[in-house]
Amino acid sequence: MSEQIEEQNPQRRWLRLVPLAIALVIGGFLFVGLSLKPKEIPSVLIGKAVPQFDLPAIPGRPKGLKSADLSGEVSLVNVFASWCVSCRAEHPLFMNLQARNIVPVHGLNYKDESTAALNWLRRYGDPYDRIGADLKGRVGIDWGVYGVPETFLVNAEGRIVCKHIGPVRQEDLDEKLLPAVEALRQGGTAQC
Amino acid sequence: MLKVFLRSLFVVLCLAGLSEPALAVAVDQPLDDPRQEARARAIHKQLRCLVCQNQSIEDSNAALARDLRILVRERITAGDNDEAAIRYIVERYGDWVLLQPPVKAGTALLWIGPVLFLILAIAVMVVWYRRRSSPVAGAIEPLSSEEQDRLKNLLADRDQQ
Repeated sequence: MSEQIEEQNPQRRWLRLVPLAIALVIGGFLFVGLSLKPKEIPSVLIGKAVPQFDLPAIPGRPKGLKSADLSGEVSLVNVFASWCVSCRAEHPLFMNLQARNIVPVHGLNYKDESTAALNWLRRYGDPYDRIGADLKGRVGIDWGVYGVPETFLVNAEGRIVCKHIGPVRQEDLDEKLLPAVEALRQGGTAQC
Repeated sequence: MLKVFLRSLFVVLCLAGLSEPALAVAVDQPLDDPRQEARARAIHKQLRCLVCQNQSIEDSNAALARDLRILVRERITAGDNDEAAIRYIVERYGDWVLLQPPVKAGTALLWIGPVLFLILAIAVMVVWYRRRSSPVAGAIEPLSSEEQDRLKNLLADRDQQ
């Protein structure tokens, strides 16, 4: 009898939708929340000029890296270290970029020992044009580096266009970085 | 006697082991001036470690946290006030490094969100209780005349028994 009354009462009928509504709201939050990448902190340096720095070369290798080296042409700056395991995973991609002469890649050798870094480059190849040895990691902090590897795309005016956190994969190059390089070379803008 | 000595030595060593985490921070050289050091420590506690994200750089053992602790101390010795020292880090890592996010247009929802939810909850409760205490129209319909007659008959039957 009481069920019948509820059924006839239109005011009560919407109450049945409450669990569904709650589930949808929670589902919505989870959908957005679970697709966020909390490990990837957006860089505040995007669109800004590269930090002022002047780093010496790794002893035994020519060409250090300073701010002025990064203007004039579109380039990538890869933060790497011999102690960084995932740097090894992305390394062949940079070797390939260099072999095919697609875009110059500069290195920021982050908190590394020079002999270890040189051995590492001998072993896995040296795709870098210039490498700055950031022994204390201070320049890394100026670049907002918090995990190695990180890769920055710098435009011809020496401004940071985008930052890739973690090892670069082939699809990151194909879908994100290289199209951006192309767009910048055409004189356009790029976001990634 | 030796036994007692060894036992107390053991206890002392255990206690020393327990207190080690608190001392760990001292490895990166506190400042000589205790007031400056206190300011540096207070700033360390406000800055998030970027590697182990829910710790402050004061609590974290990550190498970057150590570098940032040293950097904050350097800024303070260089004469930065607290605000400038914090700004120095924020310019490099963004608002994200602040464990307490600043009130801005972008973070407004974060700050007023809890208040909004509280208001919503109170509103729902008020509506709920009003509904319950006031007789719901239509829920209790008066008996029709047929039902009245039936009820009368039933009661009459019962009284006769």
